[in-house]
Amino acid sequence: MRTDGGAETESRTWFGLGSRSVDDELLESLPFWLPAALLVGLFVYGAIGWNFLISLTDWSGLGQPDYSNLSFEMYRTMIGDANFLAATRNTFVLLIVFTGLALVVGLVMAILVDQGIRFENTFRTIYLLPMSLSFVVTAIFWSWMYNTSSGGINVTLQALGLDFLAMNWLGDPRFRLAAIIFALMWQFSGYCLIVYLAGLRSIPNEHYEAAKVDGASTVRMYWRVILPQLRASTMSAAVVLMVFALKAFDFIFVVFGTNPGRSADILAVMMYRQAFDATNWAYGSAIAIVLFLMALGVIAPYIYMQYTRGEL
Amino acid sequence: MSGEEGSEKRSRGQRFRDGLTPKRVGLYAVLFGMIGFYLAPLESGLMTSIKSTEAFASTTPFAPPGPEGATIEPWLLAWESLQESLFNLRGSLANSLFFALPATLLSATLGSLAAYGLTKVSWRGQILVFALLIAGVFIPYQAVLVPLRQFWSFIDIASMLTGVPVLEPRADLIELSITHTAYGIPICTVLFRAYYQTLDNDMLEAARIDGASITRIYRRIVLPLSVPMFAVTLIYQFTQIWNDLLFALVIVQSSEFFVVTQELNALQGALVQEYNIQMAGAFIAALPTLVVYIVFGKQFAEGVAGGGT
Repeated sequence: MRTDGGAETESRTWFGLGSRSVDDELLESLPFWLPAALLVGLFVYGAIGWNFLISLTDWSGLGQPDYSNLSFEMYRTMIGDANFLAATRNTFVLLIVFTGLALVVGLVMAILVDQGIRFENTFRTIYLLPMSLSFVVTAIFWSWMYNTSSGGINVTLQALGLDFLAMNWLGDPRFRLAAIIFALMWQFSGYCLIVYLAGLRSIPNEHYEAAKVDGASTVRMYWRVILPQLRASTMSAAVVLMVFALKAFDFIFVVFGTNPGRSADILAVMMYRQAFDATNWAYGSAIAIVLFLMALGVIAPYIYMQYTRGEL
Repeated sequence: MSGEEGSEKRSRGQRFRDGLTPKRVGLYAVLFGMIGFYLAPLESGLMTSIKSTEAFASTTPFAPPGPEGATIEPWLLAWESLQESLFNLRGSLANSLFFALPATLLSATLGSLAAYGLTKVSWRGQILVFALLIAGVFIPYQAVLVPLRQFWSFIDIASMLTGVPVLEPRADLIELSITHTAYGIPICTVLFRAYYQTLDNDMLEAARIDGASITRIYRRIVLPLSVPMFAVTLIYQFTQIWNDLLFALVIVQSSEFFVVTQELNALQGALVQEYNIQMAGAFIAALPTLVVYIVFGKQFAEGVAGGGT
């Protein structure tokens, strides 16, 4: 979670003094963290376990699941479901392109903002503004921006004489996913800027000076000297963005409803559609487990890495 | 987290190297251009929201309406459908406040307590507990939606509150509030823990030697020192909870108690072509978070940098 490269923390304890045993400490600290741990245990881990159980039933429609006859039937169905495969593919495209784009834009912006500019706070505040808005709100703004006949994007393109680029962004299946990715990049690049800026500011000035003395060009300096030192920032921002891409739902739901069509369908939306529209509860739960495993694939290495670095 | 203080003092080189070199002019041009990029959807939304239907058809989205085409009618209509009147207790803004404020306060408080209890205790298991809490930040909520729906149909808040005025009809909102509290705890714990790790050990140990219990140390020393972090966490959490749609879709059934994101989504579905009303509605729904952001932008940025989305 750190974005500053991690300052040294002391390992002395607050509560451990003299003769007090570890058990005493545990007992004393318990009332503080147990309520939170129980709530999270129930709502996060209990619920995921339950969800897995449901995914093994054949529950659909009204009524309650039958837990007596469990099988991996839903997962088998999934593999043969062309919609599932398309949604999986789109999820990966969104994950990779969105994350990459937001990181690059955020990094470039951070470097520009870091040039000792005036009114830095004002610039930063405006760049981060979209992050404070609900996806419902930004989805409504972007639906209007993407409007084919009179939306902001096409009007601007026509004003620049680029009529041939004015597309039916949300209607044409070929552009839907790209349109979503672009709008989400707009909303999240400010976040990357903030993370990278904190990273840049934690690099000692001498590193810049040294590179300057060596006569490195600015671009070369950032590429060779600075970028490698931003690995921790890149890592934590990338994890956040990738996990977001996996669960991106609100924006797509508001723009397209529960069925954005095969070209823009992602697993998060498909899960909701299967469970809450079609009441295929077990199938929806199985898709949810796939999403959970994908998220786990992103966060487990990250948390383990933080653990081995002693940053937990 | 600690990047914030550093960001003030350590700009590259001396501050404001503002000779008007072509390079600097280019730099500012790009920075202003990006302001245009980030504000364009809001600007086009704002302009559209104050246009009459005729002005809407005759002007480009970014242009302001002429004097005869300007109207606040869309705002009134959007306000009517989102909230009706300021003191309508069943308006969607009122519903959102009703569930978001308790959830914000509770998740921040529980997060602060948990972070305190899990920081620098020498009990080894604390790392595991904390790791499980961190992982909770990144859970795709889709993985809990179906059980969540089941859970809230078994735990029937409405029947528990039978006969209680105000609360009984709002059982769905109470369920939503508890849900957001639970899923908000992980991020709050992460934010507070990073802060508590920077607190001065000597002071706390001195209090300990004087015989203060750990509850007393929390109340007398840690809690007062946590005020800035509470500001960050409360602001961040309020924004997140207010903005959420997914949990509300699953938990709030009766349209009478729709929260503002749900009502806004319904409004856009019902008025597909009336962009001016849609845009006004979007601004009204976003207003509380916009105000919070404009007043407490620094704290929001800290929350974002410390915990991600």
